[in-house]
Amino acid sequence: MRGYVVGAGLAIAVATMAGNAMAQSGEVKIGEINSYSLLPAFTEPYRKGWQLAVEEVNASGGINGKKLVVVSKDDGGKPADAQTAANELVSSENVAMLTGTFLSNIGLAVSDFANQKKVFFLAAEPLTDAITWSKGNRYTFRLRPSNYMQASMLVEEAAKLPAKRWATIAPNYEYGQSAVAVFKKLMSEKRPDIQWVDEQWPPQGKIDAGPVVQAVAAANPEAILNVTFGADLVKLVREGNTRGLFKDRKVVSFLTGEPEYLDPLKEETPEGWIVTGYPWYSLKTPEHEAFLKAYQAKYNDYPRLGSIVGYQTIKSAAAILAKANSTDPEKLIAAAEGIAVPSPFGEITFRKIDHQSTLGAFIGKTALKDGKGIMVDTVYRKGSDYLPGDAEIEKLRPKD
Amino acid sequence: MAFYVVQFLTGLASAAALFLVASGLSIIFGVTRIVNFAHGAFYMLGAYVAFTLTERFSGALGFWGGIVVAALVVAAVGVLVEMVLLRRIYHAPELFQLLATFGLTLMVEDLVVLIWGPDDLVGRRAPGFRGAIDFFGQNVPSYDLFLIALGPVVLGVLWLLFQRTRWGILVRAATQDRDMVAALGVNQKWLFTSVFALGVFLAALGGALQIPRDAVNHAMDLRVIVEVFVVVVIGGLGSIIGAFVAAVLVSELNAFGILIFPKISIILVFLVMAVVLIVRPWGLFGKPEAPARRTPGLTVNPWRPLTSNERLAAIAALIVAAALPFFAGNYALTVGSEIAIFVIFAASLHFLMSVGGLASFGHAAYFGLGAYGVALLAKLAGLPMIACLLLGPLLGLAGAAVFGFFAVQLSGVYFAMLTLAFAQIVWSIAFQWVSVTGGDNGILGVWPSSWAASPSHFYWLSLGIAALAVVILRIIVFSPFGFALRATRDSPLRSEAIGINGKRIQWTAFVIAGTVAGLAGALFAYLKGSVFPDNMGISLSVDALVMVLLGGVETVSGAVIGAIVYKALNIWLISKTDLSKLVLGAFVVLIVVAFPKGIVGTLETILYRRRKSTSSPSPILTSRIETAE
Repeated sequence: MRGYVVGAGLAIAVATMAGNAMAQSGEVKIGEINSYSLLPAFTEPYRKGWQLAVEEVNASGGINGKKLVVVSKDDGGKPADAQTAANELVSSENVAMLTGTFLSNIGLAVSDFANQKKVFFLAAEPLTDAITWSKGNRYTFRLRPSNYMQASMLVEEAAKLPAKRWATIAPNYEYGQSAVAVFKKLMSEKRPDIQWVDEQWPPQGKIDAGPVVQAVAAANPEAILNVTFGADLVKLVREGNTRGLFKDRKVVSFLTGEPEYLDPLKEETPEGWIVTGYPWYSLKTPEHEAFLKAYQAKYNDYPRLGSIVGYQTIKSAAAILAKANSTDPEKLIAAAEGIAVPSPFGEITFRKIDHQSTLGAFIGKTALKDGKGIMVDTVYRKGSDYLPGDAEIEKLRPKD
Repeated sequence: MAFYVVQFLTGLASAAALFLVASGLSIIFGVTRIVNFAHGAFYMLGAYVAFTLTERFSGALGFWGGIVVAALVVAAVGVLVEMVLLRRIYHAPELFQLLATFGLTLMVEDLVVLIWGPDDLVGRRAPGFRGAIDFFGQNVPSYDLFLIALGPVVLGVLWLLFQRTRWGILVRAATQDRDMVAALGVNQKWLFTSVFALGVFLAALGGALQIPRDAVNHAMDLRVIVEVFVVVVIGGLGSIIGAFVAAVLVSELNAFGILIFPKISIILVFLVMAVVLIVRPWGLFGKPEAPARRTPGLTVNPWRPLTSNERLAAIAALIVAAALPFFAGNYALTVGSEIAIFVIFAASLHFLMSVGGLASFGHAAYFGLGAYGVALLAKLAGLPMIACLLLGPLLGLAGAAVFGFFAVQLSGVYFAMLTLAFAQIVWSIAFQWVSVTGGDNGILGVWPSSWAASPSHFYWLSLGIAALAVVILRIIVFSPFGFALRATRDSPLRSEAIGINGKRIQWTAFVIAGTVAGLAGALFAYLKGSVFPDNMGISLSVDALVMVLLGGVETVSGAVIGAIVYKALNIWLISKTDLSKLVLGAFVVLIVVAFPKGIVGTLETILYRRRKSTSSPSPILTSRIETAE
């Protein structure tokens, strides 16, 4: 319960300090956009997460006494529709800020919209590095650890492996491409002796797994980097298991430890993959236990990583609104830069320099238990330890 | 060496899975001429139902029995769909059935999530086919071997069915000449229903058999449908052997292609289709279509320019629309701009479809080219907005000129599929050429200049251009060029006999339509401030097609209404509900049943009949230009 209490306490403390400068009655609206109809496997738990957060915020006094309301819109997985939704939220619903989005291109589209219309935007999920760096802008903040951060967490473990011949399998779109590019770059820096012997780029959602597995096996790598997820991952794992691709080979894999992607694999879960993910079953910190208890009590279901993302997005947004005590975007930016927020994974900070949060990720190995895939030997990696130095970020990010 | 043999076998297994689904589609199209967009939905339903059954019943019998029963259950659903829905609209204009099956597909996508939940479902492995067989140190999954054997078996059974049974003879006869079979007294209803049932059974079986290798999820249908269409077209419509050969060809090219070009999968099938159609316009095993006996545009109400009263009404409607900024908020104005842009886009496709008789499945390519034209000019060359708006659509023009040249050599569904192939090729260039187009992250920051930045100004700009575009297209329809184009559409032989160069006329029409679509795309880029490969994707092409069909393909400007209704409803639904696909799909299906000629088409028919019954027919109106043959 501590995270919850701390969050509530913080909100109340800020509220009393600011002395209710905001309008006395009424509500504070947050606009939320996500690909509900396209990606229900992620967005259903995500929605449950943010609904829980709204409930908690309002139970502890709302935003400085005002009720927090989240207006949620579906973008159907299309950037253009996401912009229509963003426009509706800003123009018709008069929301104080925008949050949400899953796909990188949608995140970028909304971020560009926010920049143009001068609206505060807290991106929840999009992993692309561009959203905070090369195409970053002062109105956009991002919660989840970026591609770069997850890659450098994985590289840390991968570099310890003796393997020298590496192959990569990644979906053929920006996320897959940049994940592989960052991983290769960081890996080659740490281990100049490594050879990249094969790369496969199946189209996202349309992997023809048999030929891909066969082609990778033919290159005879000692280790494999996998970036596919969802249905593609299932097909890849099934073909790989049958054809013995993963036997005596190390595999490093993005996102595979997330319950969204690990659970469907059931007894086919390959063992010993080094993955990023969310081991909700073995996390014993008080912050997380409080979250877990509240979540299970409300939904009678276990949380996925999407639940954490949804929950923490709204919790962070509420903290920013409470601190700014205003809906003016400039004040929101000032409040958000450097703000520290409690989270189920421990306290996180939204960095001033690139608006990236320091939320981290769990690294561990996959294992089978009672016919189900789980993560074992998990360690939490703080986001702040896996970001490049300030000088480098100055170079990456355009000046406001 | 062993590796190449195994890779070949792997390709064959993929081909077998593809063939099952493709053969069903090919049979349905061959006989009923329905472009069954819902084929992927039936494939997906097969997988879902089979998942439920195989989880429920254990053992080998439970598994294999579950697969077959699932296919039968879905086939029964198919029969229901055919009898309740499709039967009503066999006599609707060409491609109208596509609209009905599109609506069904939308509904099924939401329904499976409602019934089976949002998670990916991983089914059991097939009993007896769990492992792999060692082939000189390479592992070949035994399930792959099962599929490799199953493909030819199904092919053989279908061949026997078509060659050795009375039913098969009737089906072949109907594939060759539907009207003649009907004239000979064969019960078409029964024949169509049974053919549809068989096709759906094969699709569902194909889906059910994916359980041991795939994850069952709500996006399976779209994953398979386009690919299957391509396979059917490469093989030649209605040819089962063609579908088999095409499936093997595509799968093997993919299996070996990725060894050399790992990124080839994303575009391979479309490249193959473009090449095959350019070299063999009717696919590998297809036969040239017999000259149409009926005119394609069989309208009961001949086209005519608007009367003065109607012109006044149109101008009044425009004035009302132009007054919107005085009482509507910014959001309504932005939605209004978007609708106006889609009116331009739909009108351009409508021009090609209704006047030219050329149904393009890839019209979004020119929309997207216009949008990218603007984005590149604005971001790379730094040109001002006016210049971009004028020059951007030229990229659409250029694309239409190049692709149109090849496309107009074909007709009917082959034309449609070649335009789809070109659109996918353009899309994949935008998707892959990251250094120029930004890949799927698109080009950001293409915002209008200050004079057009406010929602009301941009709305007036879009509305003005939309009105202009529709007027110009109408003027072209009733110009000598328009008449020549309609002549080519209605009777290629006669128009050629009176000295009309049909191909050149159609090519010109294609370029006009492409340029207008490019103009819509250019405006769209400024409306959204960014451009993504989505802007030339299949779903946008399908949207345009739906707008045209919804409005009524046999009208002069039905697409205007179709675009307004569809786009407004789409935006409204997606904002109000997460089940927008279910509601929109149901709406489309209802419209199809209620307005079998499209909204405008049906209204026009009613008005025309009433006018005819009240006033004495004028000699000009009774010269039935459009129905002549």
